[in-house]
Amino acid sequence: MIRVENLTKVYTTPDGRQIRALDGVSLHVRRGEIFGVIGPSGAGKSSLIRCINLLERPTSGSIQVDGKEMTRLSGPELRRERRQIGMIFQHFNLFWSRTVAENVAFPLEIAGWPREKIRRRVAELLELVGLTDKARAYPAQLSGGQKQRVGIARALAAEPKVLLSDEATSALDPETTDQILALLRRINRELGLTILLITHQMEVVKAICDSVAVMSQGRVLEAGPVLELASRPGSHLGRMLLPSWNGLTPSPGSSLVALTFAGQVALEPVVTRVARDHGMDINILAGELDAFGSVPVGRLLVELPRVGEELQAVLADLSARGVRWEVVARG
Amino acid sequence: MAEQTILGLDPSRIPDILTATWETLLMVGWAVLGILAFGIPLGVLLVVTDTGGILENRPLNRVLGFLVNLGRSFPFIILLVALVPVTRRVMGTTIGLRGAVFPLIVAAIPFMGRQVESALREVDRGLIEAALAMGATPGQVIVRVLLREALPGLIRGTTIMIISLIGYSAMAGAVGGGGLGDLAIRYGYMRFETPVMIATLIILVIMVQLIQWLGDWLARLLDRR
Repeated sequence: MIRVENLTKVYTTPDGRQIRALDGVSLHVRRGEIFGVIGPSGAGKSSLIRCINLLERPTSGSIQVDGKEMTRLSGPELRRERRQIGMIFQHFNLFWSRTVAENVAFPLEIAGWPREKIRRRVAELLELVGLTDKARAYPAQLSGGQKQRVGIARALAAEPKVLLSDEATSALDPETTDQILALLRRINRELGLTILLITHQMEVVKAICDSVAVMSQGRVLEAGPVLELASRPGSHLGRMLLPSWNGLTPSPGSSLVALTFAGQVALEPVVTRVARDHGMDINILAGELDAFGSVPVGRLLVELPRVGEELQAVLADLSARGVRWEVVARG
Repeated sequence: MAEQTILGLDPSRIPDILTATWETLLMVGWAVLGILAFGIPLGVLLVVTDTGGILENRPLNRVLGFLVNLGRSFPFIILLVALVPVTRRVMGTTIGLRGAVFPLIVAAIPFMGRQVESALREVDRGLIEAALAMGATPGQVIVRVLLREALPGLIRGTTIMIISLIGYSAMAGAVGGGGLGDLAIRYGYMRFETPVMIATLIILVIMVQLIQWLGDWLARLLDRR
């Protein structure tokens, strides 16, 4: 649905320095999925999402939304295409002088919908986001979560193919964040809407993303289905999720191994079985059980009293049981 | 001869004072319409053609900025005289209401342009981006976002403009437009009829207070933030 190829964005600062916000970014968002881009601030996420609907013009590269090359559209064509791409924002960007209903009506007004049709569509959308009773309120009278619901209703008004979410939950408290994420998930499922979101919050990726790209310094470090990436040994995503083990060194004759259990295997007593079968003690140094959407993912950092060929045998056994592993250090 | 007076004011002056008040209101009223008609587009242009504006045009922005500053650096009394030939051409006369309104409009357009500019700059960039992301045209952004969201600020700016205009109208009036300023000078200054001058001052004070109060009330009413 969205295909970004080799996207580059270079800014020139007022004092003439050049800053490479995007440095050859490529990614592919499939129809109907929730694709998250995660990274620290300054990684280029914001530039990336703003290039998709050309709020920022990329320096080079290609952006296709539903097969249309965005960078080559004329003014009127671009406006028509933008009506097919909804967008929500960290600070909601609601029109203060308009009521909730008038905010939601805005994209329909500018698209020239007839009044009666607008009225019906707005009622429908307010129902969808659960704000029917706030139709005549002004944004200043709403809570953060309610404001973002209005933002979502407004973004969906013109029945877009794609929803872009620019840190939509970053200004919200954890509980409200969960509600907004649940709403986005529901919209994605019920309307089959493709969502591209950027965030610096791992919870967002864990809660609703099907696929993820990890960005740093204007580049995509890795991208793929969340579960696969999270359980892939050595992945950046995995490292972001794993408890840190800085400074831990294995005792002589032992190895430090990071284990990842994704799906059903996360709920099975694999470690104790392996320990029993190989007649050894496994020392658990750190661990976490997490969930991606509804899939459980467990991570453990363990010390195995084995090196060399003996270690290989244990690792092969772990692989056979569906556990992914990475040898972090050898004693 | 002991004529009856009201606090020292000769009652036979009252019709003159009422006429002058009416003239001031007419002068200011017509001038406000003209100033808004030109000042709002000017302010919009100053904002949208600026760097990063939705219709960025640096050369045009610089020229407009220069003209506005030029217009604002002329003392009104000099502009009033300098404009006489232009006023005659455009309005057909240099005296009376028509003669006074024209220089008032010309003098206040740059000032109003800046007032509009600063009101529009208060509109959060995020709102403009949101509208653009929804496929709004520049015209739609200007009318439905910039001007609409800036309405309370525009009203405050207009209030300031009207109040300075009342002061300016006294000067324009003295050059032949009539009004309270003219009256105050003719009776109060030239004939030493201090009560007439005081009466005109009282009327001007009430006028200014009313306009300020009305402007504040309206701006607050429309401010939904």
